[in-house]
Order: sequence, then structure tokens, then C-alpha cells
Amino acid sequence: MKTFPEIAHTELRDTQLRRNIRKATTTIRARTARVTAELPDWEQLRDAGQAIKQATLRDLDKHLLQLEERVTAAGGSVHWARDAEEAREIIIGITRRHGATRAIKIKSMTTDEIDLNPAMHAAGIEPIETDLADMIVQLMDDTPSHILVPAIHRNRAEIQALFEDKFGQGKLTDKPTDLTAAARLYLREKFLNTPVAISGANVAIAETGSVCVVESEGNGRMCLTLPRVLISLMGIEKVLPRFEDLQVFLQLLPRSSTGERMNPYTSLWSGVREADGPQEFHLVLLDNGRTKIMADEAARETLHCIRCSRCLNVCPVYERTGGHAYDSMYQGPIGAILTPQLRGYEKAGSLPFASTLCGACYEVCPVKINIPRILIHLRAGATDARRAAHAIDPETVAMKAALWMFASQSRLGAAQALGRIAQRAIAHDGLISRLPGPLSGWTDTRDFPALPAQSFRAWWHNRAHPK
Amino acid sequence: MRVSLFITCFNDTLFPQTGQATVTVLERLGHEVDFRPEQTCCGQMHSNSGYPREALTLVRRFVETYRDAPMIVVPSTSCTSTIRAQYPRLAAGDSALLAELDTIIPRVHEFTEFLTRVLEVEDVGAYYPHRVTYHASCNALRALKLGGAPRALLGAVRGMEFVDLADIEQCCGFGGTFAVKNAEVSTAMLTDKMRAVLATGAEVVTAGDNSCLMHIAGGLSRLQAGVRAMHIAEILACV
Repeated sequence: MKTFPEIAHTELRDTQLRRNIRKATTTIRARTARVTAELPDWEQLRDAGQAIKQATLRDLDKHLLQLEERVTAAGGSVHWARDAEEAREIIIGITRRHGATRAIKIKSMTTDEIDLNPAMHAAGIEPIETDLADMIVQLMDDTPSHILVPAIHRNRAEIQALFEDKFGQGKLTDKPTDLTAAARLYLREKFLNTPVAISGANVAIAETGSVCVVESEGNGRMCLTLPRVLISLMGIEKVLPRFEDLQVFLQLLPRSSTGERMNPYTSLWSGVREADGPQEFHLVLLDNGRTKIMADEAARETLHCIRCSRCLNVCPVYERTGGHAYDSMYQGPIGAILTPQLRGYEKAGSLPFASTLCGACYEVCPVKINIPRILIHLRAGATDARRAAHAIDPETVAMKAALWMFASQSRLGAAQALGRIAQRAIAHDGLISRLPGPLSGWTDTRDFPALPAQSFRAWWHNRAHPK
Repeated sequence: MRVSLFITCFNDTLFPQTGQATVTVLERLGHEVDFRPEQTCCGQMHSNSGYPREALTLVRRFVETYRDAPMIVVPSTSCTSTIRAQYPRLAAGDSALLAELDTIIPRVHEFTEFLTRVLEVEDVGAYYPHRVTYHASCNALRALKLGGAPRALLGAVRGMEFVDLADIEQCCGFGGTFAVKNAEVSTAMLTDKMRAVLATGAEVVTAGDNSCLMHIAGGLSRLQAGVRAMHIAEILACV
């Protein structure tokens, strides 16, 4: 299991990745800034989004039960999955029951969260991603690097080569229209000849039993309407109580994510309708650690996330490393708080530290998740876990020593005096260019200032008591 | 006005000239400055690094030290925002401590904030004939929401040629222990910051926080870039 700094070490050296991500995030930052600034009530919308999410989580059980009742009444089936394994069993079980050897998929990071695709392959069912970027990532045997733009790290020439290799349509150009036409031809056959579709869900409405998917391409609409059987996997936190709540989120989401005033395709369906769309609908409600997150008051608002990805686009760390450094389907600042809570500190303990706490994410989050505050909270959890696992933890020793020093003015003064003596070996012309141990991470690329001849407290003392 | 200086451990130990300059400016404006030697560290490093219990010890020490201070001025944006945003969280569950924080925190002001919002002064009588650019620092920009206050103070400095820094909302990559734990990402961020600083043609880069400045200056000095860093108080102290 590699840590964030270890993967970042490799990713930082990928010049094409650096260039692609810088260009993409700069462009989208400008666009989201423009379309959010043009709404006079944008701040009120954010407040409303936050308030609705807070209130919904408080009575989540009630809303989920109502959702189940309404979906069932409308002819759908609701399944409850405590964890990834249960969710996989439910989805694969339904697909198998229909004798399907393949299933088309759309818009679901949650299926990545439960590692659905490898399990489907193992069960002899081919999962086919139909969101253009997800499809590219899948055909390249790659992993997504952005919540909204999974193939952000790839460029047009790579995609042209990939399509020529996989589609059997001969030579292609790198013109976007030609590439999308080729993808369309390839995907249409899948849409028309696959009996089962698996989707995610942006929102489900408890009072009407409706599920909503928001997308740009229309490939989602194909998946949601053409196959006979539709299975939607949704984290339990995505439910909203009332239909009217949608108006808030359908403004917040597209403006924050793609920088559009309205997204091109918004699909909403309630159960099944005879001779119109899928004749069998299954909604799988996934916990997989979410109730545990809810129980932690200081981190609960992690579940307010609507996966807009705006925090990724403004994050200076994400802009340098790209998404793979987070080793998760959830990258960037939201990934840095969500992944460790879903997987535990042992597997993702370096993520809460993958931030300078600059606050750019919190400043733009459409539902005002205080990501820096949660990062700090999770750092304490990760530190406690590390301390518990090691008899002697060098960082803890250093932090305890620093506290011992700061707990007394005379000890601080003595440490300053001692430091001045100790630095004689390494300080030259007021600078230290090589520090030992882990601190060498600083001096590999930066000088460190030498301790001055006199501390401020010594200067003040001499000023107040002239000799 | 009687003003208590919270110099911060970082400035006390590494950048005493910033504290001296803060004293110079405040005394020039006719205020009486008091320094309490019991003060040490605000606890930012412990709190931000995952050691809230250790940080709480320093919260208590801060309260002990400044309980009766009428006004507390801090020449550091990140320490000010630690006190303001993190102290109440660190003290959660201790109602007596929370009650004390309620009365102390409104009296704590970052240096440029104190000048522009409490004293309502922009011209502090400084003269500094150099080309200068200003790095906002994330805490000044987002946590303290200082807005144009530092810029207004610099604008009133006689002789100064001020140049705006491009992408001012971008973090320099310091982030406390981040600069060591994620040294390579930190360096990548710093490189872009240095590129922006160098593009201004400035001789001096200033800010309200010596931790950002130590980072930016550490990179510039390693590259022999010929640009130095100075805390904003040091510029305002020059006559």
C-alpha cells in the first residue's frame, strides 16, 4: 500500500499530466467562478444546500424508509447493503438471474467504491462503462484520476490510438467530432444489445420515490431507458426528503462541477412504467461505512458532498499531483477526508496530511463542507492510530519534546540558546542548507534560516533592563 | 492604547526583527507595547499535525498569559487564525475555558488587521524606496478575510513601487509539516509561487506571515534569485 507522498513522487515527474491538469483545472476554475458569481443568491443557495443536507442526515432513517416505501409502491425493488460485499452480491445476483453476460454501466463512482467491476468479471459478466471518459479509462485498463473528468490525465492523441486499437473502425483522426462519432458507433451496439444497466444516482427523492441522474453526454439516458433491467446503486446519504429540494441541488451541482448553468441531461424516474423504459428497477442502498461517519460529529458533514469536484479543481495539491496520488475513486480534498473514513487509517492514513490547509476547497464548496477542519480532525485520528501501532513513534517524541519546551518560558529561552551553539556546525552566512533526518525534506530544495544572534525575548529583556 | 504583543514562538526564535518592527510601528503610532515573557507558542503545529491534546496545553497557557490583556496583537496571520478558529474546538467540553476564550478571542488581532480595522490607520508614516510585491498567505485571505487591508498599508508607504503578484490566491506550499511530509509537492507549489514572484521584477516579497515567507525565501535563496523576503511590519517600520 503506497502512501500519498510515495505516489506523488512518481506523478510529479509526469510532465504531460502536470500540463493537462493545470490547463484543465485553470479553465474550469474560471468557468465555475463565472457562473457562480452571476447568481445574486449563490450564497443563499449554498446555505440552503448545507441546511437541507444537515436536516436530512438528522432523520436519515425516516427518509430512507419513506424512499423504500415509495419506490416499492411505484413498482421498483429496494435492497439494503451493509457493505461492499453485500452490494456486489445483490447486483451480480440480479444480473445473473436475467442470464446476462454483460451489463452497461453509467455514472457510478459508488460501483468503484465497492470494486464491482472485478467481481463482475470473476462472475463471468462483462461490465461495460458507457460514460465516455469512464469508457476510455476502462479500455486503457487505467484508473480514474478525477471525480468528474476521469480521463483528465489523458490527451487526444492517446485516445485516438486507443480507439483505433479497440473499435476496429480503421484509421481515425484526432478531431473531437471524429473521436466521439467513433465512440458513438461502438457504444450504440452495446446500448441496444445489453439487457441490464447499472447506474449510480445523484439524488433520490423520498416523498416521490424518484431517482435522479445528472450527466452531460446522453449516454446515461441510453442506459437508464433502453435495457430491460435497471439497477441503481446509491450511498444512503444521497436521499433528499422533498421533490422541491431538487431545485437547490440542480442549481448548485452543474454550476459547481462543469461550470454550466444547467447540465444537458437530467434523468428522473420513479419505479417502473409499463411499456416505457426498464421493466424492472432495483435500487441498492449502500451503507459501507457511512453510518460510522455519521456517528462522528466532527466529520459528519463529509456526507454532505454532492460530488461536484469543485474542490479538486481549486486544490493546489491536486493540481500538482493529479488524482492517482490519492489512490481512490474519490480524489482531491474530498477524497482526502472521505477515503480514510471509508477505508481506515491503516490503508489511507497519509491522506489527511496531503493538504496545506490553504482553505481553497472550503471557500468554494457548494454545500460548505469545512474540509480543512475535518482534515485536522482526521490527522488526530491518524496520529493516534500510528501511536497505538508503534511502541516508539519518532514524531510523537519530537512533538512531546516541543510541548515540554513550550510549556516553560525558561526552557524555550534555553533551547534557543542551545540551538545557537548547535547550529555552528551547519549554519553558514545565516543559512542552513542541509538539515538531518526527516527535516532534509525541507533542505533538499530550500534553505532554512539560521537562528539569529538574539531572540526577540532576549532583545526585549535587554531593552527593558539596559546594562 | 496599551497593546500586548503575542510575538509567536516562530518570530521570537527565528525572526526577532519582525517583533522589533511591530514594536516600532505601534510605538510610533503612540501606543504602549507590553511583552509578556510567559508566552511561548499558540499550539498551531500540534493542532494541525494531529496532536490536539498537546495543543490544548498551549491554549491554556495562552489564556493564562493574556487573561487580563486589553488588546493582543499578533504579527502572524496563521497564529491569529489558529487562536480564532481552532481554540474553541480544542477547548470543546471545558466550559470554563470556553467562557474565557469568548472574552479573549475578540481582543486578539492580527497586526495589519489591528492597524486598519481597530486603529483605522493606513498611513503609518513609512518610507521604503524599493520595488515590492505582496503574497497574501492563505490565512490572511481566507481565514481572517483581511481583503485589501495589507495592500492599503503598503499603498501608503512613501517611495515604494508596488507590483501585484499574479495568482495571489494560490498557496505557496508551506503548510507546516506538509513542507516536510510532502516535500516534493510542496516544492512543486513553491516553484510556481517563485515564478510569479520573479515575474514581478520585485526586489522584496512581503506578507503578514513569516512561515510563508521563510518558505518562499528559502526557495529563492537556494536559487540565488536575488529577491528577499520581509515581513510587512518590517517595511512599515522603515522611515
